[in-house]
Amino acid sequence: MKVFDTNVQLIKYNILKEVIKKAYADDLVNAYSEIPKIISPGPKAEYRCCIYKERAISQERVRMAMGGNKDNPNVVEVIDIACDECPTGGMFVTPACRGCIQHNCMSVCPRGAISIVDKKCTIDSSKCVECGKCTQACPYGAIIAQHRPCVQSCKVKAISMNEEKQAVIDNNKCIACGACVYKCPFGAIVDKSFVLDVIDILKNSENNTKYKTYAIIAPAIVSQCRYGRVSQVVTAIMKLGFHQVVEAALGADITLYREAGEFKEKGIMTTSCCPSFVAFVEKNFPELTKYISSSDSPMIETARLIKHSDPTAKIVFIGPCSSKKMEFRLPKTHGLIDCVMSFEELQAFVDAKDIDTTLCEDTILDNASFYGRIFAKSGGITRGITDVAKDMNVENLSPVAMNGIDECRANLTKLKFNKSTDNFFEGMACDGGCLNGALCLNHGPRNLQDVDKYGLEAKEKTIENSVKLYKLNS
Amino acid sequence: MIVKVCVGSSCHLKGSYDVIEKMKEILKKYDVEDLIDLQASFCLGFCAQGVTVKADDFDKATVDKIGDNQLLLHNVNKDNIEDTFATKIYPLLNI
Ligand code: FES
Repeated sequence: MKVFDTNVQLIKYNILKEVIKKAYADDLVNAYSEIPKIISPGPKAEYRCCIYKERAISQERVRMAMGGNKDNPNVVEVIDIACDECPTGGMFVTPACRGCIQHNCMSVCPRGAISIVDKKCTIDSSKCVECGKCTQACPYGAIIAQHRPCVQSCKVKAISMNEEKQAVIDNNKCIACGACVYKCPFGAIVDKSFVLDVIDILKNSENNTKYKTYAIIAPAIVSQCRYGRVSQVVTAIMKLGFHQVVEAALGADITLYREAGEFKEKGIMTTSCCPSFVAFVEKNFPELTKYISSSDSPMIETARLIKHSDPTAKIVFIGPCSSKKMEFRLPKTHGLIDCVMSFEELQAFVDAKDIDTTLCEDTILDNASFYGRIFAKSGGITRGITDVAKDMNVENLSPVAMNGIDECRANLTKLKFNKSTDNFFEGMACDGGCLNGALCLNHGPRNLQDVDKYGLEAKEKTIENSVKLYKLNS
Repeated sequence: MIVKVCVGSSCHLKGSYDVIEKMKEILKKYDVEDLIDLQASFCLGFCAQGVTVKADDFDKATVDKIGDNQLLLHNVNKDNIEDTFATKIYPLLNI
């Protein structure tokens, strides 16, 4: 069964797996020299101009798997030698243009940028706004758009080119959403992996005798690892050496409760659970930061509950998200999370340890409510806050689910100019929500059904008991 | 003394929250709210015998008396918690 969407993910996974194996064999010193040869045994190169370049790129991937450039605070980095310098010419007329009589291209162009020169279509780039209408209108498909997939995927325009035509990320604009990581067809933009830190945490716990290790798992897990059941994945995680696995959705219940209370006072509020969304507001709408909820994210609330019952616990968050790798180091999370690992890294870890998830017995995972679990989808918080507000007698709530950065920008612009009729803004950077997070193994519409079903399977139908737990501990 | 009720996945499904609610009532009824800190804990490692309740953080006299610094109770539920409390936990309090 296909585990990943793309080959690029598969390469990253293979590298991670080898690095993890080396870490357990106490042989990391040879990682840089040996792993590239395992990935590209040669003699012929598979993707690049020659085997040497391919191996050099693998070496860079090994570096990213081992934490990346420590001097670069961003969790997402460009591997410059892997960047294939994609063309950036905009609209381009290929030789497939037959110089027809109809000129559909000309008639659909809203800017009059197309003329016919020597019987062939020609585009005046000074007039062209790259709307793409001509690409669809041409019956021969002769006009193509040449955009860099990375630039197009980046909704905050943080990616540009340097003189060598290689992609560069502007850290001042980047919100670490990871969209470019998933979208670059050459795998040249990569998230840093902290999996070696996770291994250290597990090793130093000496089988959970020195301290206990907990994995907090994001609800989006349900649409991942489709070859097995979630309950088997939980067992697999425990076989890696974790003492136990707790649902992040439990913290989501508490976040909902706190947000509803906070809304009552504030009157206008945005969510704060998606770190990329928060960074987006801070960097693009500084005047609106006062509306960002001060409630902690589900990851942090869950960690707080764990630390309360077990103060020496070490906690690793496992999720679909590159920006959680950024969030856990921010001062506002109080060091409650010790490390963050992606679903991709989890898969590599489980496989590196030769654990066959399909053969694992079931370990039940049930800490959270229906609402906590559907936090993973766009609209989930909106749904939750609407119901919770009713129970808590919060009035005049008018929530809007902003799905992806483009919708966030539009709605926040309305808010900025006092033209919004809404007052509760759910912001998620990834289209569809966490269930389509950049570091998910797979992406697609089926993930939504999985999350809905998983929500309904929760024992708790309301957040009431999670809130009691929160109150008991505070 | 701290009494921890397990709210791990397995115990949760067996009714941890009911046990916690019942415990709150019991602590009031026996007038020991100041002596016992009721807490929740994640999996205590006895899932097959849940709901698990663990009492610990005893004072020295109690430790001497029972020769242990913790007490584990298994198969607790909302119906037997009062009985369990009265026979197993309450006697450990030095009042
Ligand atoms: S869940 Fe309670 S003992 Fe394991």
